[in-house]
Amino acid sequence: MTSLSTIAPAYQPGTRAARLIERNVMVYRRTWIMLVSGFFEPVFYLLAIGFGIGGLVGPILLPSGEHVSYAVFVAPGLLASSAMNGAIYDSTFNIFFKLRYAKTYDAMLSTPMAVTDVAVGEIAWALIRGTMYAVGFLVAMAFLGLIKSPLIVFAIPGAMLIGFAFAAVGMAATTWVRRWTDFDWIFVVTLPLFLFSATFYPITVYPEPLRTFVSLTPLTQGVELLRSLALGTVGPDILVHIAYLLVMGLVGLVVVDRRLARLLLK
Amino acid sequence: MATSSEPALIHARGLTKRFGAFTAVDAVDFDVAPGESFGFLGPNGAGKTSTVRMIGCVSPVTEGVLTVLGLDPAADSSRIKSRIGVVPQQDTLDMELTVRENLVIYGRYFDLSRREAGRRADELLEFVQLGERAKSQVEPLSGGMKRRLTIARSLINEPSLLLLDEPTTGLDPQARHLLWDRLYRLKQRGVTLVLTTHFMDEAEQLCDRLVVMDKAKIVAVGSPRELIEQYSTREVLELRFPADAAPTDGSIFDGVASRVEQLPDRVLLYADDGEAAAVVLHERGVRPETSLVRRSSLEDVFLRLTGRSLIE
Repeated sequence: MTSLSTIAPAYQPGTRAARLIERNVMVYRRTWIMLVSGFFEPVFYLLAIGFGIGGLVGPILLPSGEHVSYAVFVAPGLLASSAMNGAIYDSTFNIFFKLRYAKTYDAMLSTPMAVTDVAVGEIAWALIRGTMYAVGFLVAMAFLGLIKSPLIVFAIPGAMLIGFAFAAVGMAATTWVRRWTDFDWIFVVTLPLFLFSATFYPITVYPEPLRTFVSLTPLTQGVELLRSLALGTVGPDILVHIAYLLVMGLVGLVVVDRRLARLLLK
Repeated sequence: MATSSEPALIHARGLTKRFGAFTAVDAVDFDVAPGESFGFLGPNGAGKTSTVRMIGCVSPVTEGVLTVLGLDPAADSSRIKSRIGVVPQQDTLDMELTVRENLVIYGRYFDLSRREAGRRADELLEFVQLGERAKSQVEPLSGGMKRRLTIARSLINEPSLLLLDEPTTGLDPQARHLLWDRLYRLKQRGVTLVLTTHFMDEAEQLCDRLVVMDKAKIVAVGSPRELIEQYSTREVLELRFPADAAPTDGSIFDGVASRVEQLPDRVLLYADDGEAAAVVLHERGVRPETSLVRRSSLEDVFLRLTGRSLIE
């Protein structure tokens, strides 16, 4: 027995995550309309708020003393919040259904797939979708003439990072969900994040100490990250935003891994 | 049969599973030899599923020794799982995929190439007679079809060991017989079958050897024939009485049978010669409404060992 286990290569957890992504691609080949809706959501917001409301707002004064149109200002905020919303959507309802009803993961765990493959695979899948939306959104921004800085190409990995952080934490939260109505708790958190994370206006609107509090919330970190890239106002605090979101995602991933093992390997 | 020359495919000693304070499997010992068809028979809640889940590496062993294919489930679960097939109690088919896609993606979970997974999927769909439903969604399939698809899925990696947890529960007789037929063919191909069931006919049809489990423990081991010989008589005489006419004094049955069981409406007499017992009772003036002599079955063994009261 021991000789056999020393000869055969040790199994690396997470290496079969690609199989789960392959499975999701198989499913989405037929339900591609869901991918389309994920693209249009932020674009519609951009049209309605960036241009509709933006027409009433007038130009925004940046800390650098420069003025930009409201649409240019709000676009990275919408990209960040849609990265969050997409990740949360993928990692909550979908995961809950597969975990509690369809028993999709139970079936997978009867194969060489391990819990870590499931955790990494689902989060990676949410990331892949998020990346597609981010690319689509950037193309839409270019068409609408809202590109200000070439640094905006880095908003794609930036949006992926936001997606990773929220997908991991959203999936972790979902492992505690017992019934569909419990999801209201998740939206009690994400809706105010969407509305108040300096998405639609500069964070300087808030008085202290509220401003400090808001700046510490996760979506504000993401909005500030993408906005500094979009407007070309990158400073050293970008590293803080990146570290914040990275740690949030990694912690979520570890929690997901442990919780799934607890729920599925009883 | 397990012999010393052939290493056991599954080896369990003092195998225990606890959920908090509840003991689901209590220090059971058993060995399953390659090519054998081995059954866990027992009422609901006896610990059959917990045992099979431990073998399938989806439930950690609390205590005791368990090796599957010579490997330790705690250390080598992925390698064990790559060589076994699992038919769980409840279907876990992928409702978002078609019948054929279910098999192909399952093959991919086992690292088969797409081409090989597709080839085996087509072959297995024929084997379980679902070839015509390849492109169908899973949802509209009947219970029997879903079960067959689950069995096909469990075979995609050409397993040397197949674990079946109540494979035919909830199926109609036609579907059951078709499944039994397929399982019998697998057995003939040398696949080792381990199944749980509470159907006696299923155990008698499919198992070379079985254990009877009750309240987390193994209470008997043997082939169906051995168990009947050991725990029952060759025949059973069943006497049915009208509601108010059953003999109130049980001593009237003394000496006729090796064991007598009085039920509300019936009396079961376990005797090697049921006819002879019936004649003696007739001479003693016992007049049942109906009288039937039948061969002892595994069901008699089961009920003797696990009791008649309903266990939920």
